[in-house]
Amino acid sequence: MAAHEISGEVHRHEAPKSFIRKYIFSLDHKVIGIQYMLLAMTSVLVGLIMSVLMRMNLSWPGTKWPILGTLFPTGAPDGVMSPEFYLSLVTMHGTMMVFFVLTTAPQGGFGNYFLPIQIGADDMAFPFLNMMSFWVTLVGFVVLILAIFVEGNQVVGGWFSGLGDWMQGGSGTVGPIGGWTAYPPLSALGKIAGPGQGAGMSLWIISIAIFCVGSLLGALNFITTLLNMRTRGMSLMRMPLTCWAWFTTAVLALLAFPVLLAGGILLFLDRTAGTSFFIPGGEVLTDTLITTHQGGSPILWQHLFWFFGHPEVYIAILPGMGATSHILSTFARKPIFGYRAMVFAMFGIGLLGFFVWGHHMFISGMSPYSAMAFSILTLSIGVPSAIKTFNWLGTLWGAKIRFTVPMLFAIGFVSLFVAGGITGLVLGQTSLDLPMHDTYFVLAHFHLVMGVAAIFGMFAAMSFWFPKMFGRMMNETIGKIHFWITFIGVYSIFVPMHIMGIIGMPRRYAQFAENGQSIYHFIDPADPLVKFVTVAAIVTAVAQVLFYFNFFWSIFKGKKAGENPWEATTLEWTTASPPPHDNFAGVVPTVYRGPYEFAVPGAPNDFIMQTETDAELASHSKGTSGNGHDGHGH
Amino acid sequence: MATMVTGTKEITKKGKRVADRGSGKSGPNGHGSRGNGGDPGGGDLAGRFEPDRYRIGMWVALAGIAMLFTALTSAYIVRAGWVNDRRPPDWRPLVIPRLLWLSTALIVLSSITFEIARKGLKRGEESVYGRWLLATVFLGLGFLASQFVVWRQLVGQGVYMSSNPHVSFFYLLTAAHGLHLLGGIFALDYLLIRTWRKRQGEFEEKKRLALAGAVSLYWHFMDGLWIYLFLLLFFWR
Amino acid sequence: MGRALGVLIWLLTLGSVLLFASGKWWFPATISEHGPEIDRQFMRTIIVVGISFVAAQVALGWAVWKYRATPGDTTRAVYSHGNNRLEIIWTVVTAIVFISLAVIGQRVWAQLHFVGAPPGSFQVEVVAQQFQWNFHYAGVDGQFGRTDPSLIGSSNLVGLDPSDPKSRDDAVLATLVLPVNRPVELTLRSIDVTHSFWVPPLRFKQDLVPGMAIHVHFTPTKTGQYELACAELCGQFHYRMRGYVIILPEDEHRALMALPPDQFQSRVGQLRQQIPISY
Repeated sequence: MAAHEISGEVHRHEAPKSFIRKYIFSLDHKVIGIQYMLLAMTSVLVGLIMSVLMRMNLSWPGTKWPILGTLFPTGAPDGVMSPEFYLSLVTMHGTMMVFFVLTTAPQGGFGNYFLPIQIGADDMAFPFLNMMSFWVTLVGFVVLILAIFVEGNQVVGGWFSGLGDWMQGGSGTVGPIGGWTAYPPLSALGKIAGPGQGAGMSLWIISIAIFCVGSLLGALNFITTLLNMRTRGMSLMRMPLTCWAWFTTAVLALLAFPVLLAGGILLFLDRTAGTSFFIPGGEVLTDTLITTHQGGSPILWQHLFWFFGHPEVYIAILPGMGATSHILSTFARKPIFGYRAMVFAMFGIGLLGFFVWGHHMFISGMSPYSAMAFSILTLSIGVPSAIKTFNWLGTLWGAKIRFTVPMLFAIGFVSLFVAGGITGLVLGQTSLDLPMHDTYFVLAHFHLVMGVAAIFGMFAAMSFWFPKMFGRMMNETIGKIHFWITFIGVYSIFVPMHIMGIIGMPRRYAQFAENGQSIYHFIDPADPLVKFVTVAAIVTAVAQVLFYFNFFWSIFKGKKAGENPWEATTLEWTTASPPPHDNFAGVVPTVYRGPYEFAVPGAPNDFIMQTETDAELASHSKGTSGNGHDGHGH
Repeated sequence: MATMVTGTKEITKKGKRVADRGSGKSGPNGHGSRGNGGDPGGGDLAGRFEPDRYRIGMWVALAGIAMLFTALTSAYIVRAGWVNDRRPPDWRPLVIPRLLWLSTALIVLSSITFEIARKGLKRGEESVYGRWLLATVFLGLGFLASQFVVWRQLVGQGVYMSSNPHVSFFYLLTAAHGLHLLGGIFALDYLLIRTWRKRQGEFEEKKRLALAGAVSLYWHFMDGLWIYLFLLLFFWR
Repeated sequence: MGRALGVLIWLLTLGSVLLFASGKWWFPATISEHGPEIDRQFMRTIIVVGISFVAAQVALGWAVWKYRATPGDTTRAVYSHGNNRLEIIWTVVTAIVFISLAVIGQRVWAQLHFVGAPPGSFQVEVVAQQFQWNFHYAGVDGQFGRTDPSLIGSSNLVGLDPSDPKSRDDAVLATLVLPVNRPVELTLRSIDVTHSFWVPPLRFKQDLVPGMAIHVHFTPTKTGQYELACAELCGQFHYRMRGYVIILPEDEHRALMALPPDQFQSRVGQLRQQIPISY
């Protein structure tokens, strides 16, 4: 570990020379951040394709899709998607998106890259642990993919079936089935409970457990770095809101992921070691009475899972909130409205987030009195969220808005967060959960906040920080077209889902018709909505090609970017694009003011960088009003 | 203009780690930046050694580990009280295996030896440090060995993880604790190696002290955790 | 761009509101005693939701229109770090509205779950399995025969113990037959994995958890035949774990319950065909 200890030199670890140390096993938080981003971009693509397949099956069940038949002869025999295949898609889509996209890119991706720079540090507190956190996460991803293949005997699966048999035997389907929530006893009983409950489920648990470890390593780093490595003048209340978001998110992760790990261990033991944490006695499956397990509580899993699961959704959204605040202020050319309220609202959301998990379990069989308590606490969490929304609007009031691509996505975030969050008022009430639980109304709610608002936060962050990371601008025209299609697209996909839920359409149904006949008449009225949503989904999914193209093309061919192309104020814009190995080329940044000093009356420009002293300000020529400078270096 | 942004005072409190209490409130329309120049307590890039980093990192890590055992504890408590509507309760606590008293003594002793070692390091007495550190390692290994023997004894009596829920938790909790303790032993070995093969560098002494401090936090936590688990498994209810 | 974005946000808001307000798609008519209050609370909530949604989106759309930077404009934005008074006001107002909704939203829940079924309720045991619903009726004697999981098989779906005299008149059907305007008490069980009992017009949903016997009650207020769906992922055929609930006038129901099991079964079979399914 000698390489990264402070030893009186300027940077704690020498700039690496070999390709492997530079780009593969790097200790540099910037490289690690990009690695996380690439992992997320891969995972989201796979998850997106899965969701399109799901939509196609729901709209046109029983259709033969030749390519599916070739790739997955077991899961889609003759090209017709089996219900097991559909449910595996549901499971893998949810798992990949929640864990390997929403819990990697916003925190491990952008947070890793920019937290140290925004606080003026040369790297994270523990670079070696940082590297480990990424590689552990990547191993978790590989194990998850493996889970698909040990279950069935697809084209490639045969190679892995030995592993599958050793674990528990594949059950001849594609991937584990359980949703991303994996409720026992279904997930605990093994193959006897049906397809998708064999080796794939065991590997799913292992993958998640590995992910927990990776996340915890990351959280440790974030918290220590923020507490210990802020540069001169960077007091807590001068930190950009992005840093506050990453900090709060890391605290949530630190306290929530161990609980998921505990639950996962218990579930794994139930499956493999004959324990009965979650399996009650008297279970009868396929006419067989199970005598090897008894006395366990299925609800215990739900408590453990959702104690993690609820903070997890705030882990997914808080960095996006931080980025939105930051980007809105920057392109409104105006300080963020109510900085302290924003910080305390984040704390409020984070803290309250630990006390509301039961709202996922109102009708689970838990005590109805607990349910009531959870319900009231849940609606309280709407208050800090509302404060943040008011403050975003307040930031735009009286602004001079520049409609760059990051700004478009940040504004989109506000719109979508409101749309998604506000239905929490419905779902959080016990009485209203009676009709709404496990319907598409829930899907609409969480997709709008997690699957769209959070993603918009990432698009905003990516287009904002791309110039800093790669030294080039993303193409603005493509970015704008991508925004417009996606913004219209996601509204078109998810608003109708509320209606589908009101009609009563349940979640996790592989199909609504069989042999040309609809299965439930009460769902029939939703038919035109179902088809509309699928078309919108396909169009929106295809439009994401624009983003991927823009991303990769701009790395090589984008217009060169200077230090501060956006005329922003925070520390990352005082250094080169991309930053040197130690971030600040040997200079210790000193901070003299807060992060959102825009439109200061009397200042030579409409923005003042955090590192600018009063003396420097005064010495700038008067009469230069405003908006034409390209950043002040330090 | 005189009304420049506030908060641009020179940073005079450098070197003092002041947890920022946030500056005064803003007026109705707010002006100035937030926050006076409280010292952030971060390291300069100019390579000043920060002993606090290891300590803070360790506390954070311990918070995470504590949550893991908190979750397992709550599972334990819930499972103990769970009544299946058609089956008699199956919670039958184990009798305390006698060897566990030895385990407890060994780990408590190891905390004491570690502290003796650290005091030696603070006084610069390297041989004291090395010797008592080694003693700590052996006591830790002794603890793990005694745990292993207890497991073997139970298996020999036909008491397996699947026998009943209390036994399941016994194996699980002791294994989880043991694994973390093993990690602690690796950390102790690292300290030993760093003592036997000293490095150059102006901060080496301070660094080793800080590392030893961080590892001691971890080790004492493991000690306390063991006592807690012992009480939970055998004296709760 | 600001104007276009503002207009787009308004259009999306309008579209969303129209979708909700169109009247074309809504809850099915409610058939339970507590249903109307749930619907009213939903309306109260959705109105608050709607107003908040529209207000925020309109404000957002207006702000991006009004405060866009126009070319040639060299003036600056308003330099403001916020307004504490405003923060306090909107925090308090929001808190009052949200908490009030939350408190009112507990009413129906308390009626259904804080009190047990009234005496004289009609009782049925619901036993869910992969992938069908089984309804165990107590028969003429009004007593449920003993069941045991070890007896469960394809010909004895709930594990009725034949040696128990109380089970002689018990019937196990795939259809739930309930009396109108009389409280019903269901004892919910599952023999394998977690399922969930969901009848949309009843406005009632409850998980069936293996190892638990969960007692619930409600009062149906309309006759007819209704679909029952499973609302908790229970395996690959979760999507077609369909059941039916028939609600009969009191005297018809009474007569039905007086029949011996096999006649009961065939009569219900007839009713299944005769009564149109409401949705």
